[in-house]
Amino acid sequence: MNIVSQHQISSDLPAWFSEQQKQAWTEFQSVPQPTRHDELWRFSNLKILDLARWHLASAPADVDALLARSRGLSDLAAKLVFANDRLILREIKNLPEGVLLLPLEEAARDHEALFERYFMKHPTLLGSAKIAALHRAQLKTGAFLYVPAGVKVEKPIELWHWSEGDHIAIFPHTLVVCEEGSSASVIDHFFSMNNEASFVAGVNDLIVKADAHLKYIAVQNWSRETTAFHLNTTGVGKNAVATSLQLNLGGRYIRTESNSRLLEEGARSVMLSINPMDADREVDQRTFQDHLAPSATSDLLYHNALDDRSRSVFSGLIKVGTAAHETDAYQKVRNLMLSDEAEANSMPGLEILADRVRCSHGATSGELNQDELFYMMARGIPPQKAAKLIVRGFFETVLRRLEEPSLEKYFGHLLDRRLALG
Amino acid sequence: MNTETKPDINIDRSVGDFRYDVDYAFDAGVGLTEKTIDYICDVKGDPDWVRKFRKEGYKKFLEKPMPTHWASKDLENIVFENIRYYLSQGQVPKRSWDDVPEDVKRTFERLGIPEQERKFLAGVEAQFDSEAAYSNIKEAVGKQGVIFVGSTEGLQKHPEIFKKWFGKVIPSGDNKFSALNSAVFSGGSFIYIPPGVKVSHPLQAYFRINAQNFGQFERTLIIADEGSEVTYMEGCTAPKFETATLHSAVVELVALKGAKIQYITVQNWSSNVFNLVTKRGLAHEDAEIKWIDCNIGSRLTMKYPGVVMKGRRARGEVISIALAGDGQHQDTGAKMVHAADETTSNIISKSISLGTGRSTYRGMVHIPKHLKKCKNNTECDALLINANSRTDTYPAITVRGQGHSVQHEASVSQINAEQIFYMQQRGLSEAAAMSLAVNGFVNDLVQQFPMEYSVELKRLIDLEMEGSVG
Repeated sequence: MNIVSQHQISSDLPAWFSEQQKQAWTEFQSVPQPTRHDELWRFSNLKILDLARWHLASAPADVDALLARSRGLSDLAAKLVFANDRLILREIKNLPEGVLLLPLEEAARDHEALFERYFMKHPTLLGSAKIAALHRAQLKTGAFLYVPAGVKVEKPIELWHWSEGDHIAIFPHTLVVCEEGSSASVIDHFFSMNNEASFVAGVNDLIVKADAHLKYIAVQNWSRETTAFHLNTTGVGKNAVATSLQLNLGGRYIRTESNSRLLEEGARSVMLSINPMDADREVDQRTFQDHLAPSATSDLLYHNALDDRSRSVFSGLIKVGTAAHETDAYQKVRNLMLSDEAEANSMPGLEILADRVRCSHGATSGELNQDELFYMMARGIPPQKAAKLIVRGFFETVLRRLEEPSLEKYFGHLLDRRLALG
Repeated sequence: MNTETKPDINIDRSVGDFRYDVDYAFDAGVGLTEKTIDYICDVKGDPDWVRKFRKEGYKKFLEKPMPTHWASKDLENIVFENIRYYLSQGQVPKRSWDDVPEDVKRTFERLGIPEQERKFLAGVEAQFDSEAAYSNIKEAVGKQGVIFVGSTEGLQKHPEIFKKWFGKVIPSGDNKFSALNSAVFSGGSFIYIPPGVKVSHPLQAYFRINAQNFGQFERTLIIADEGSEVTYMEGCTAPKFETATLHSAVVELVALKGAKIQYITVQNWSSNVFNLVTKRGLAHEDAEIKWIDCNIGSRLTMKYPGVVMKGRRARGEVISIALAGDGQHQDTGAKMVHAADETTSNIISKSISLGTGRSTYRGMVHIPKHLKKCKNNTECDALLINANSRTDTYPAITVRGQGHSVQHEASVSQINAEQIFYMQQRGLSEAAAMSLAVNGFVNDLVQQFPMEYSVELKRLIDLEMEGSVG
């Protein structure tokens, strides 16, 4: 049975939640399929919306092998590992008191009021409302992180989401709530066990209250046959800072929708994305910097390196609402074209309704800097490697924006491996 | 600047707010049917191929949807049944100033188009409603073999050149409004510049609208043969009416090998006009097409001049200034299609939003596969004057392959409060200071206009700004 015709509700979930899932299923069926004329699907590959080929995932066959491969940073606060939408490991090493790190079904059962207050409260505005409804309906588990006011989680928290099996669908979910003055770093890993075709409809929602700091890094390394949606909403409160980075290493077709809402004065949202693209892979980036309060800052930097027949679509909107005076909003997408067959589509948008705003956006497409190549070749570096080093440097600019040396180093290693550099 | 203390800016449009009663010799009535088209063809004495072209355009107009899935919903307020599609003062263009009817002259004089201008402008063709009210080509230009006539005269007297390019740069089915224009077009210019001829003076036409609910659908076709150069200028001012007026022109430019065309528009429609214009140029090898476009006024303007760079090393450029006053929406931009190696395009857009005005930049840059060394540069700057002004930017850029250089930059800013304070300290009124600051913002672009146009432009900006602050 495929994911479009079969709706399965997990018995682990409380009744109130299941009831919402039933409504979401009805919504999924009634929301019309996006069409070519939909601006939010301009330049998109609509084939990815053919959902009937995907099936609900059964339990993973080899849990030990999955756990053996779920290794990231050595020094962690805690780790949750999910495979095919089932929790296979919960490892709490060093979490301060009051911090909740729970699978979603436990959060819904034991902390109903708290969880319900934040769970999927903001609509999906960037084109994939139908996918979001499907996600909500088919959801089985996911990660819920709650950091109480004033609590600082020093070490990173790791989440792993595995898919295993041919033509299966999974629905990873991550919900992070940082209360006033708290801080945390979350690394969310998305990996495939084998090189199999699979479908992912993932949601990550980040709620960052006043004066809180959150760093959220999604390391996406799905199989090269995977179609994945990663839908995000981020809400940032007074003088709080949310920094999110997407490291899109894998996947066949990846669509990311990132919606940052600057809710209160002085809020700051940093949106970063690194995309080494090759073969006939496609990345479809939809972003929305929604300024609803004065004196807030949003800063978006997306770097795409496009080789072979790969393709990128970037569609970003900065909207400065009527109340959002003194806004600083920036948006920059750079495409580095590495082949004659690659394609980059950029639609950087601005809608400004307020006053005293500093706002700019830029989109560039260029090739490898010939002078840099020449310089390296003159020093005995073979051209292939020199090109890779330039691409690596192009991504380093984005990594630096994390402003956290230990994380920069770790993700730098992942990029080195991805680009087959030393 | 503080929002609360900032004075409300209103626009004084009374200068253009006048109208004289004109006895319309030919009137196609209200609304559009196949009969209207037959009527237009009969009155104008169109050849059969034009009648066929018009009817095909009409069919496409009915088929095409309104582009409201991306464009302003305000388009839905156009009631096509209430519009007059053809009006004419008389069929034969007047040759000399003396032949122009007295009341028409009064309209022009009120607009401040001086007769003397004709002396240093190569030829003047002023469009009054649908037909050319007069056209006067200087002998020198005519001797060079330059053809500068109305589109009707062009298709009748020069069918061999006209037919070859007419509707080829912008097919009737390009969009709903180009289809509408194809069905009911009248007026506009046809210009042909023979090979190697460099027209030293700009060719100029003034356009006017003067009938309530009257759509003006002029059609201009300019062909610059190999190695020739021409500058064409159009200026528009329209009297103010109570109900909306539709203006939907189609302008096609063809620059053959090594030719240069510069097309300059300074426009000041009244604030009830829907101005929906399709403008595109086809640039062959080493040719250059430059659109200089200034949009002031209208209720809604949608205009994205484009260049298809078909030949190697062709160049396309759009320089655009838009000023959206209270209640107005300037939806302008540019379209650059690179279709050959080493083609270069440049887009510079500056917009100013006043009061509840909204200015939108919409751009398309397309570099398809297997091309080499194409370049595009796009810069969009927006200036917001009041707290409730609005600006949007929606570019779409597609690049395939390496070896190209494409960059887009946009910024939004306010008038610098310190600048205003400084100027006020030195005795300028707030309005004068604002006006000066706005003129400063667009100054580098205004410099690109021919002298008499940059003067006119500054006057138009002053007109919009002055008497509206404080």
